[in-house]
Amino acid sequence: MKISKSEVEKIAHLARLEIEDDRKEKMVEQLGNILQYIDKLKDADVDGVSLSPGAAMMNNVFREDIPEASPGPSVTLANAPERDDDFYVVPRIVK
Amino acid sequence: MEYHELTIGSALDRLTRHEISSFELTSAFLARIEKYEGRIGAFITMDRDGALYQAKKADQDIAGGRISALTGIPIALKDILCTKGIRTTCGSQILENFIPQYDGTAVSKLKEEGAVILGKTNLDEFAMGSSTENSSFKVTKNPWNQEYVPGGSSGGSAAAVAARFCSAALGTDTGGSIRQPASHCGVVGIKPTYGRVSRFGLVSYASSLDQIGPITRDVRDSAILLNVISGHDKLDSTSARVDVPDFTKALDLFEKGSLKGMKAGIPKEYLSAEGIDPEVEKVFNHAKQLLTDLGVEMREISLPHTEYVVAAYYIIAPCEASSNLARYDGVKYGFRDRSSKDLIEMYKKTKSKGFGLEVQRRIIIGTYALSAGYYDAYYGRATKVRTLITEDFSKAFETCDFILSPVAPAPAFKIGEKTDDPLTMYLTDIFTLSANMAGIPGISVPAGYSSKGLPIGIQMMARKFDEMALLRAGYGFERNIGLSQKFPDL
Repeated sequence: MKISKSEVEKIAHLARLEIEDDRKEKMVEQLGNILQYIDKLKDADVDGVSLSPGAAMMNNVFREDIPEASPGPSVTLANAPERDDDFYVVPRIVK
Repeated sequence: MEYHELTIGSALDRLTRHEISSFELTSAFLARIEKYEGRIGAFITMDRDGALYQAKKADQDIAGGRISALTGIPIALKDILCTKGIRTTCGSQILENFIPQYDGTAVSKLKEEGAVILGKTNLDEFAMGSSTENSSFKVTKNPWNQEYVPGGSSGGSAAAVAARFCSAALGTDTGGSIRQPASHCGVVGIKPTYGRVSRFGLVSYASSLDQIGPITRDVRDSAILLNVISGHDKLDSTSARVDVPDFTKALDLFEKGSLKGMKAGIPKEYLSAEGIDPEVEKVFNHAKQLLTDLGVEMREISLPHTEYVVAAYYIIAPCEASSNLARYDGVKYGFRDRSSKDLIEMYKKTKSKGFGLEVQRRIIIGTYALSAGYYDAYYGRATKVRTLITEDFSKAFETCDFILSPVAPAPAFKIGEKTDDPLTMYLTDIFTLSANMAGIPGISVPAGYSSKGLPIGIQMMARKFDEMALLRAGYGFERNIGLSQKFPDL
């Protein structure tokens, strides 16, 4: 299946990506080729086949919920690109 | 014998007999890296001081009789495994300055057994690629010929082992990322059964497919490393509660009974696959004959859904990736674009500047395939095909102990040859993707060379949790293949 430029723009927005204009055409073409190849899947006979459980291939895994000491904000926030004491700083959310 | 020529097995023997020290061994690798790394580009980050400190500590332990499974052995780690206090980039600008606050479980197990961590190796960004050309930092070169790729995504680890910059390395394999670079660099690589090794502290790409494994100079070393890193971990609920055997015992099985009684399946669909290089076919046929001579019974098997493997994989992996990589939002860690005024713009600019093009491509494919109206046609269908692929293998293993195949359809390609055409690159993963889709283990063992002198490996795949079969057959094969040159001259 070919994908249009506007579809790529819409999907990019959903994924919070911004594709530069000079790269857009090539990206649309490459994605189109990949999706066209993937269309092969339509030929597979999957009637009555169950969904692969993937990672959850075994039984549900339970463990005791035992609280452990937190490493504390100085460790937890050590990699924050911007912080104010024990808080992450983000750009304004409410307009 | 020079220090850098020692396998883990032989270095351990000499360390425990006090013939060499870990400090000497570690220093020898560091000197070799200093001399040749400029030509190969295997590492993103070195930890020279840390390594020498750990080596001295190992020597004290050995002097005090405290000898563990890897005491004093220098090891390199793919830079997607979290290392406490050492930068872990995933080959991405977005994590260029990320310093983990903890060790991944595989890493802490290595450390508990006394290993010396030399540094972090190059990879395709977030392990997405088959050539290590997608790294944001450098292109790793194949030690056998520096015009060629080392394979990927664990290309830095495979190149480091082949160049003898370390005793061994850890890589990760989501669709062949241990086995294919091992094949291209002439070293041994194992993708263990899904769940055999804890993924805690492995930065996620496609969680239902990712697995950590050893890249080593020989099969024995892979068994030694697998012994250390395997086992259930309460920090990874998908790690299996399955007993871990002593994998080095597989080698004794060969010594005692050669490979007699083992049955190997040859998938007819693989050898009729398009684009298989005649040189790969030649090496494969030679390998088949050698295994037959060692007592393996060969039989044709069928994996009828092989033609759908690449398509299904390149839906499932990008879908999982699009979800896993959503966390890089410029808030909690990693790169943030500081020019943005509002939150959505900040997310967009952060991700677009922080991720490379292949990562962005896969995020878009995954987001598209999971979006309303397309889910059933893509993700739903791909997971059903995955069930069929898994059933193909279960059926095949009713009649054989392992499946023999090439690792990649061709030897390593030239740097830059496929970078413009992602689909062509994806298609080179045809023989390795299935093991991840079915969750089974696979090994790549050196088997020969191309006319240009590039290594070519063979792959064996076994039933879930039967790494022993792979190690036994791989070891027997390695002992008898008689390769003219095991390592490249740098």
